[in-house]
Amino acid sequence: MTLEKLIFYALSAVIIAAATMVITRRNPVHSALFLILAFVACSGIWLLAEAEFLAIVLVLVYVGAVMVLFLFVLMMLDIDIAVLRAGFIKMLPLGVVMAIAMAAELILIVGPDNFGLEKYAAPARHAADYSNTEELGSVLYTVYMYPFEIAAVILLVAIIAAIGLTMRKRPDTKYLDPANQVVVKREQRVRMVSMDAEKG
Amino acid sequence: MELFNSLWGALPAELQYLVWTLVKIVVIVLPLMLIVAYYTYAERKIIGYMQVRIGPNRVGPKGWLQPIADAVKLMFKEIVLPTKANKLLFVIAPVITLGPALAAWAVFPFDEELVLADINAGLLYILALTSVGVYGVIIAGWASNSKYAFLGALRSAAQIVSYEIAMGFALVGVLVAAGSLNLGDIVKAQEGGLFSWFWLPLLPLFGVYLISGVAETNRAPFDVAEGESEIVAGFHVEYSGMVFAVFFLAEYANMILISALTALMFMGGWLSPFHGWPLLGPLFDWVPGFFWLVIKTAFFMFLFLWFRATFPRYRYDQIMRLGWKVFIPITIVWIAVVGLAVVYQMPWWFD
Repeated sequence: MTLEKLIFYALSAVIIAAATMVITRRNPVHSALFLILAFVACSGIWLLAEAEFLAIVLVLVYVGAVMVLFLFVLMMLDIDIAVLRAGFIKMLPLGVVMAIAMAAELILIVGPDNFGLEKYAAPARHAADYSNTEELGSVLYTVYMYPFEIAAVILLVAIIAAIGLTMRKRPDTKYLDPANQVVVKREQRVRMVSMDAEKG
Repeated sequence: MELFNSLWGALPAELQYLVWTLVKIVVIVLPLMLIVAYYTYAERKIIGYMQVRIGPNRVGPKGWLQPIADAVKLMFKEIVLPTKANKLLFVIAPVITLGPALAAWAVFPFDEELVLADINAGLLYILALTSVGVYGVIIAGWASNSKYAFLGALRSAAQIVSYEIAMGFALVGVLVAAGSLNLGDIVKAQEGGLFSWFWLPLLPLFGVYLISGVAETNRAPFDVAEGESEIVAGFHVEYSGMVFAVFFLAEYANMILISALTALMFMGGWLSPFHGWPLLGPLFDWVPGFFWLVIKTAFFMFLFLWFRATFPRYRYDQIMRLGWKVFIPITIVWIAVVGLAVVYQMPWWFD
């Protein structure tokens, strides 16, 4: 067994263990932390596959930003586990059927009939100066220009819609315009009063 | 020595490589830890003099042994675990902050050929690692089972995620200007004297990066995650002894990293400021590049301390406003400007 294979199996074991923990842990914060571990191990496997751009972006976007916000919300919510687990036995048969259906679909698609070394030859190794990032960029901005731009526009629409849904006038906030705060003059804040000294 | 050589030769090639890499890592990390120790000393001294007092001056001549005394003290203190704290996460959190701060140095070029891992996507690697460091703060705040620590963690999470965007965009400008993600190539793209470095054509991005760096390391005036006047000490309020020291180490290691990266990306890294100038250029040619890098890094490290001694803490809503409504628009506009300058090969920098 080569070192590479060893690393691959170690990372895969970590991913499977972490993914199992994600759905079995009682505390949702622990689940989120295990999900982060799974992401990091995934990016390790992508590095092995010489997809260093995707690997680093997975850490940068999902681990560095998305999961931080996830944790942010999860930690603030007071989730009652008992309520979440209430219908477990009742829903179990339906869940088992769904799980079997999903597994069967997955095996049909990525099973030995469609995948394997005889169907797809192992890709050639690239030289050390091969830049995965450059390659991706040049394809993305030439061949797949329109799909890329359309996806970007859809995302922009989604952002604007999200802001539009949450934006509302709140007259009760004590928000001050920083520009007004900066130009404030002494006369607007301080009133000089001359008083006679009290006798006592 | 001969025995050592024969022993070394007997090792398999992979093991030799592994041992050699470990030695290189130690050569980078040990001086870094020493610099961190004396950075804390410098901070107390410099802020002391700025506030017209002397600072530490009792332990050793002029207080030089103060950081050693601090380290010894922290090592022998008890580590208090709060009741109902999540013990594993509580102890692991400082390690998560320190790890990325050290790992980022792997791709850092100290001189033209002096780099541990000369990888193509160095800039992306650094961005990814600096974004992972926030977990230490969040996990520490949550695992402490304390209201103050939790508030600090929430503040820090929101702040770091916001400023990371501005920081990332500033670096996008750098990579557009340099045309490479490799840190060594970014420095080489700035070849020339003081005015060829990226700080001039990328001046707005330089400012945004420097200020976002201060925010990203949770330093004053952006230290609301600690906010000792409001939430005691924020996310590390429950930490004591060595686990606290690791948080402390990570904060200073991060400051050094951001300073060094600023020097690298906007100030020409190891390049001499007089490179290619008549008269002065040849006069300073003998100076090793590492020396220039150290001077530039030290300047930005000094700025961190200067900021802390000068500015009052930002209010939280103002921090958010600065990040989202000021910095991000600035960076987006300037990326467009840099893009045009590169496409039309603006003279002096991009021709």
